[in-house]
Amino acid sequence: MHSKTIAELSADLRARRVSSLELTRHFLDRVSRLDPGLNAFVSVTPEQAIAAAGAADRRLAAGDAGPLTGIPIAHKDLFCTRGVKTSCGSRMLDNFIAPYDATVVERLSQAGVVMLGKTNMDEFAMGSSNETSWYGPVCNPWDRARVPGGSSGGSAAAVAARLAPAATGTDTGGSIRQPAALCGLTGLKPTYGRVSRYGMIAFASSLDQSGPIATSAEDAALLLTAMAGFDPRDSTSLEHPVPDYRAQLDETAVAGLTIGLPREYFGDGLDPGVARAVEEAIAVYRRLGANVVEISLPNSALAVPTYYVVAPAECSSNLSRFDGVRFGYRCDEPRNLLDLYERSRGEGFGAEVKRRIMIGTYVLSAGYYDAYYLKAQRLRRLISEDFRRAFAEVDVILGPTAPTTAFPLGAKQDDPLTMYLCDIYTIAVNLAGLPALSLPCGLAGGLPVGLQLIGDYFDDGRLLGLAHAYQRETDWHRRIPPGYE
Amino acid sequence: MSLSEDDVKRIARLARLEIGAGDAPRYAHDLSAILAFVEQMGAVDTAAVTPMAHPLDAVQRLREDAVTEGDARAAFQAVAPRVERGLYLVPRVIE
Amino acid sequence: MEWEAVIGLETHVQLLTKSKIFSGASTAYGAEPNTQACAVDLGLPGVLPVLNREAVRLAVKLGLAIGATIQPRSVFARKNYFYPDLPKGYQISQYELPIVSDGRLEILPEGAAAKTVTIVRAHLEEDAGKSLHEDFHGMSGIDLNRAGTPLLEIVTAPDLRSAAEAVAYLKKLHTLVRYLEVSDGNMQEGSFRCDANVSVRPRGHEKLGTRTELKNLNSFRFVERAIEFEIERQIEVLEGGGTIAQETRLYDPDRHETRSMRSKEEAYDYRYFPDPDLLPVVLDEAFIEAVRGTLPELPDARRERFARDYGLSAYEAEVLTASRELADYYEEAVRASGNAKLSAHFVMGDILGALNKEGREISAAPVGPALLGGLIRRIDDNTISGKLAKQVFESMWAGEGDADAVIAKKGLRQITDSGAIEQAVDQVLAANPQQVEQFRAGKDKVLGFLVGQIMKATQGKANPAQVNELLLKKLKG
Repeated sequence: MHSKTIAELSADLRARRVSSLELTRHFLDRVSRLDPGLNAFVSVTPEQAIAAAGAADRRLAAGDAGPLTGIPIAHKDLFCTRGVKTSCGSRMLDNFIAPYDATVVERLSQAGVVMLGKTNMDEFAMGSSNETSWYGPVCNPWDRARVPGGSSGGSAAAVAARLAPAATGTDTGGSIRQPAALCGLTGLKPTYGRVSRYGMIAFASSLDQSGPIATSAEDAALLLTAMAGFDPRDSTSLEHPVPDYRAQLDETAVAGLTIGLPREYFGDGLDPGVARAVEEAIAVYRRLGANVVEISLPNSALAVPTYYVVAPAECSSNLSRFDGVRFGYRCDEPRNLLDLYERSRGEGFGAEVKRRIMIGTYVLSAGYYDAYYLKAQRLRRLISEDFRRAFAEVDVILGPTAPTTAFPLGAKQDDPLTMYLCDIYTIAVNLAGLPALSLPCGLAGGLPVGLQLIGDYFDDGRLLGLAHAYQRETDWHRRIPPGYE
Repeated sequence: MSLSEDDVKRIARLARLEIGAGDAPRYAHDLSAILAFVEQMGAVDTAAVTPMAHPLDAVQRLREDAVTEGDARAAFQAVAPRVERGLYLVPRVIE
Repeated sequence: MEWEAVIGLETHVQLLTKSKIFSGASTAYGAEPNTQACAVDLGLPGVLPVLNREAVRLAVKLGLAIGATIQPRSVFARKNYFYPDLPKGYQISQYELPIVSDGRLEILPEGAAAKTVTIVRAHLEEDAGKSLHEDFHGMSGIDLNRAGTPLLEIVTAPDLRSAAEAVAYLKKLHTLVRYLEVSDGNMQEGSFRCDANVSVRPRGHEKLGTRTELKNLNSFRFVERAIEFEIERQIEVLEGGGTIAQETRLYDPDRHETRSMRSKEEAYDYRYFPDPDLLPVVLDEAFIEAVRGTLPELPDARRERFARDYGLSAYEAEVLTASRELADYYEEAVRASGNAKLSAHFVMGDILGALNKEGREISAAPVGPALLGGLIRRIDDNTISGKLAKQVFESMWAGEGDADAVIAKKGLRQITDSGAIEQAVDQVLAANPQQVEQFRAGKDKVLGFLVGQIMKATQGKANPAQVNELLLKKLKG
């Protein structure tokens, strides 16, 4: 049952070959048996899941079911879920029971999905290895001594190990695509504004966007159709019609499409095994009739430095609300107001979060604003213009998602800068607000390699279609980590 | 830009973060390295470039002036560390 | 040395909206603590702000009324600092690009020449909550009902030179925001709050002195007294060879002094940057013109029209346009009575006098403009004399009915029947032969005495013009 895609499970549910209750129990059982070895979940919610599955079965019986009705999924623990702990991977919110649902959670519930639980993540989504979580690191099901990537590492590990057919993630600098790549999954970061950010605990508001992590492009399309759309509670959400992304999958013709390969994404630092797998994927697209050309994104090298000014600046302000007054962690016996703030925040946040808050505070402070923050905003425009120029020539941009496959736990933990460079190919996309998708395109040393497709604004559907076309030709997305079949 | 331990303490105070005495050197080292890294930005002349605060060229939507939220104090204060008579309690605020 | 004071004012005006600037929680005053603070106002994790159209409309309305530039593009920024009444750890405010800039307000300080005050900017922002310092086991209680209430902060250039000018400006602004229905202007409830930046310099010098910021000025009287005190204090310090520290000072109305707020252990560093949760506010011509269409006649224009169309003196026009309600009352009374001069006379005399005595607002006057108009009509059509009208008015104020009812009940109808008046004249002439003789001998003064006697005989009800006419006819005849 767990080796099937959502599309297949959905057909089984409608044909009454299986009930949502059976499906839900099956995945809950896998979670309880296999998650102790992965640490992918922060919370498991069996009671709510069983109740939701029962309701889904009634909808299925009444013929009132959509394609996601009765499908179990997991939510990244960054989405607020009413009545369920929403920790954001932090001690700060270890006691926070959200009083409301995020829009994404609400929409997926309305579509009939069954929430199995909340997945582990880097604290406040700050990390690329899932090692900064208050709840401990997550292991990669392909090799439990290695990281699953981050920050949506729990979601990726859970889906890769088939503890859930799919999961939600969020992506501020690569946090959906990089773990999807390292775990052999299909993950989409939609166009900025495509999916509501309401109820998603903010890291960097102008970069954050949520999206699906699934085993196939078709499943990601099903999920995105339910997640996307205008939300009056989010000023940055866009009033743009939401197509049926799955119905569009087959409309995307690869033949005649121009694919651009940024030369900056194939240079030094790219692991040869990863490069080889990406080259093979390019060959598949050529065979399907795509026209492949080399392009340049000249400011690529500045994306990571720019990001590490913009994102910390926004996070330093976004995280000020965690002050021990209205919710969340509060230190014992504060001596005075300053002590309440400093100890609640000092004890509630981990080291990486503190580093980023301090960098952000510094780059916004008097005397440094122009040199750092404003400079980064100017570079952000240059980076974004690189893409605009590229999309005047090509339909889609293709490259590796991450420079390497999954690295060993602890390998980069002590050096923040080395860790930051994990997102070298993914970060520019967030600065520009473009959609991008990672899909599995091979194995290197037994570990999955991710292929990244970057589209122009609102070309989310085209990216899914291109990934789907590839997945009809190959079976990398069908591979399940040994031991989890 | 290289940050001293005193710089770290000053920034931590501004951000209301307690930094253990023993941790300041480590933070000074890490933050200095990060700042040195981001200073690569200086390699490009951006004098003529308009700063970009937001990825999309969209404008603010305006909401109708209607009261849509009722009293949910009980639900919100259920997650509060310390409340009394409907108020959030904090160590005395000195004016 | 002669010193000159330089004053600039920052006024926070609470905008008259139903819901908050970024959330759908109510702005009503006086609710139980934290019952009007929704998830957005509390800054709970994951929530987002959405801007209230009415707050924008009201800001534009004020901007148009002061002849300001309405910026086609304005931006919300975050002002970052930690304080328990500031839930998110930042206040959303406009910084580099405010919605309104470069306006002006003409003031007429008492006993001084008219002056134009430049309003540098007016920007939208959210209010903070309140800390309550009563004893909660040595702790403070935080009420966030007020958090997120829309404010317009209106900032003048340092154009003011005295406490009297500052008060004249504030009163003018207060009248204006209420005229426009941009704010209820209620100072007790904090809907109209003012901070003053004060410095002094030797008269004739260009360079500004170091300024102090005065806070807690929540009445016009406090503004005046605090600024006066602060000017004297600064002069004293400078004349004593000292220097002024740039600082925030709190006015203590009980001691009538300003004192330094405990100097912060660190300088403020607000780290303003554009709020990434909000997009630029872009206003097109159509929006601005639609708001312009809702502008009422402004106080200055109305004052001029009153003087011109109703033949009022400058002083009368000024008094009658002091508030929109009073001016509306007056104009309705004119419509009801058809007599602008008499209406002005009654409103400024009897009505304002009675209201003042009872501490009531014009909206609570027991004699409304239609009733007053009815009374004035009875004077005009000679039903009652002006003298008796006072008596009728008092009865009407006491709730005894409209003018006609009071006149009928008290039998105050003027006697215009010439037969009845003639009878009274004859009686008085017969009873006072000596005075008649004196008149005929050329002593005109006794005429007044005789009229008085006739009025007395008719209990004041005889029409005085008719009495005069008949009396003269009889005496000369």
